[in-house]
Amino acid sequence: MKGLKTFSIGGVHPPGRKYLTDRKEIINAVIPGTFVVPMSQHLGAPSECLVSVGDKVSEGMLIGKSSGFISSNIHSPVPGTVKEIKDIYLPNGMLSKAVVIELEGEFDRLGKEQDAEDWKSFSKEDLLGIIAESGIVGLGGATFPANVKFMVPKGKKVEFLVINGVECEPYLTADHRLMLERADMILEGIRIIAAIVEPERIAIGIEINKPDAIEAMEKAAEKAAFPLEVVPLKIKYPQGDEKQLLKAVTGREVPSGALPIEIGCVVSNVGTVHAVYEAVVLKKPLIERVLTVTGGGIKEPKNLKARIGTPISSLIEECGGFSEVPEKVVVGGPMMGFTIYDLDTPVTKGTSGILALTSKEVKNAARTSCISCGRCVNACPMGLNPTTLFKFIDHGEYDEAEKIGLMDCKECGSCGFICPARIPLIQGMRLGKKMLRKKKVKA
Amino acid sequence: MSEKLNLLVESSPQIHNSDSTASIMWTVTICLLPAGLWGIWIFGSRALFVLVASIAASVLSEALMNYMVKRRTLMDGSAFLTGLLIGYNMPAAVPLYVPVVASIFAIVVVKWMFGGLGGNFMNPALAGRVFVFFSWTSQMTTWTMPRMLKAADTVSGATPLGFLKTGLLDFNGAVSGPAQFLTQQGYPQTVTDGKVMEWINSTFHTHLSGGYYDLFMGNIPGSIGEVSAFLLLLGTIYLFYKKIITWEVPVSYLASFGLLVWIFGGRRYGLSFFSGDILFNIFSGGIILGAFYMATDMVTSPLTRKGMIIFGVGVGFLTFLIRFYGSFPEGVSLAIILMNISVPLIDKYSKTKDSG
Repeated sequence: MKGLKTFSIGGVHPPGRKYLTDRKEIINAVIPGTFVVPMSQHLGAPSECLVSVGDKVSEGMLIGKSSGFISSNIHSPVPGTVKEIKDIYLPNGMLSKAVVIELEGEFDRLGKEQDAEDWKSFSKEDLLGIIAESGIVGLGGATFPANVKFMVPKGKKVEFLVINGVECEPYLTADHRLMLERADMILEGIRIIAAIVEPERIAIGIEINKPDAIEAMEKAAEKAAFPLEVVPLKIKYPQGDEKQLLKAVTGREVPSGALPIEIGCVVSNVGTVHAVYEAVVLKKPLIERVLTVTGGGIKEPKNLKARIGTPISSLIEECGGFSEVPEKVVVGGPMMGFTIYDLDTPVTKGTSGILALTSKEVKNAARTSCISCGRCVNACPMGLNPTTLFKFIDHGEYDEAEKIGLMDCKECGSCGFICPARIPLIQGMRLGKKMLRKKKVKA
Repeated sequence: MSEKLNLLVESSPQIHNSDSTASIMWTVTICLLPAGLWGIWIFGSRALFVLVASIAASVLSEALMNYMVKRRTLMDGSAFLTGLLIGYNMPAAVPLYVPVVASIFAIVVVKWMFGGLGGNFMNPALAGRVFVFFSWTSQMTTWTMPRMLKAADTVSGATPLGFLKTGLLDFNGAVSGPAQFLTQQGYPQTVTDGKVMEWINSTFHTHLSGGYYDLFMGNIPGSIGEVSAFLLLLGTIYLFYKKIITWEVPVSYLASFGLLVWIFGGRRYGLSFFSGDILFNIFSGGIILGAFYMATDMVTSPLTRKGMIIFGVGVGFLTFLIRFYGSFPEGVSLAIILMNISVPLIDKYSKTKDSG
């Protein structure tokens, strides 16, 4: 289609494979007997653990307290007893303290009708307070604390509130289903955020591979006479990245190293918006999230609403288990997600999907030297030169890499996806950034 | 989950595009095949021997270098492709040691002395060809006549470009261009060519002289794989479709070369400016093979689109200079190699634009 908006530089078109789950309604996942709740599920400082072994916890009880400005609260997903507090590895390789809860006792909320809160009389600070209390973080994957994001710095004005309904990661359909099934609630969530940031215009960007979601959001906005601009976007990865989304929807570019607020924008993902709705209107802390369990290796792919701390193995089992031996199991989307080796790794706030990928889907091949095809250069949405960056990093010349923009890399994976020589470009970028940060700390 | 799984742990992205280095090399090889089969058909089994010799020498050299540096790169297809391209750039009657030496030089010296695939700074196949061209010039310029032009007494003859170069040295008459010159001087043409050109002239009301059809289809003497512009172009359709080659290099090459030919090409026939014969010059010699299959070599062409266009224009300019004002009839190999050498410079000055 001509004339559709998208971002201007780079981008790739990985096979979407969303048809595996995009017609499957969100269902509540089975509640297993044991939950493992990590204390580090967000960007920033780990939460301070408030419980000890033997403690009884109730559903939604605060068990991890925000321990800094950029940190978040963590609540117990189920009623039960704390069996153990141990260190576990998160999908991204980080070690985190985790509370093991054995299911016990009665659910206070599950299956019970909740009274809707009339939030309109609340002040901005009240609303931000509720969001912080409820432990809401960006559910698109970055897991940045939502209350910090919605706090508009003094003297800054928000022109655009842009809702991210792009879901550009292949396979994932959680946001898609949310928009279809809960458009009204998302709209209410948008109202709440709008009451906090007071934007001049509100838009939602949705890629055109979700025509039903575009329609659902348009209808919901029309019905409520709410001035929401629904912007259909051309399909291109990584359009769901904040900077690319803003470029596509508003035409503005976020300067290197700056946040969207610099250009008068606030971005929030539909999953986050929905969580804000539940927190403010239903007084429900973030203890569950919608995620997609899919991939060629899963027997019956599904969209599930799962409680935080559910072991991934339980969800895979619920989807009929593996249909064939997967080459890897990925937490998150296939472009930016992490592989896990322990299927008992728990679902965290940032888990947008669980994929069992077969070798046919992964398409690994022999690694060769760089053949200078330039595909990574054309694919990079930030206009960087990944192959040259990689060469610098490979030779330990981190400063040189920084000079040509290493820190602008968002690890979206476009270069690594397209590379015919199968060079681990993203791994290189991560290493380079880490070494630079280390150097700065020392200096 | 009691079963033991052997899960792969890797950095993102977790999925990849289906193209790999090997798939790219083999795809290019397959797209080149029709033109080579044509060469074998018109020049006879001798052409096949040349191709086999160059490929075998190239692959064996790669195997030897693999053994020496303890790496396994044979299956990436690059050595096979280099061997094939060297064979394509040989006359059918060349002594077999010539393609063998070219292949060894290409793989051992040009490619592996600089670190193997990806490290070479000039196209190995072209470097190999140029090396043997200057070493055995007469063997490299003795051309077999294609089967359709073979008269009883002529086994070898000049390529259209070679014929022009020598013919124009002491030519003072006036013709409307190279094709007419060749026709006038009795350069052999097929019967089909006459029929096709007549049909074209009557249908489109043009006044083209004979020879274009032969030139386009490959009914001419020349290097084994370069003669059939038609079959080479056919192969590029798939390469473009698979995005293995992009338009930047071939288009900027052909456009700049064509423009220069159009402006200055008519001068040597006693014509005014802006009267050069673009069609003749693009379909003769190795330009099609060079522009679509050799200048586009990923390793030795620039990274960015902007760089590729600069590169293509440079090759077009140099090809024109060598072909029209140099002492050789052909300039494609030298032009590409010269621009290969300037790629690092081009890359340095054609940086990408950062977002934000």
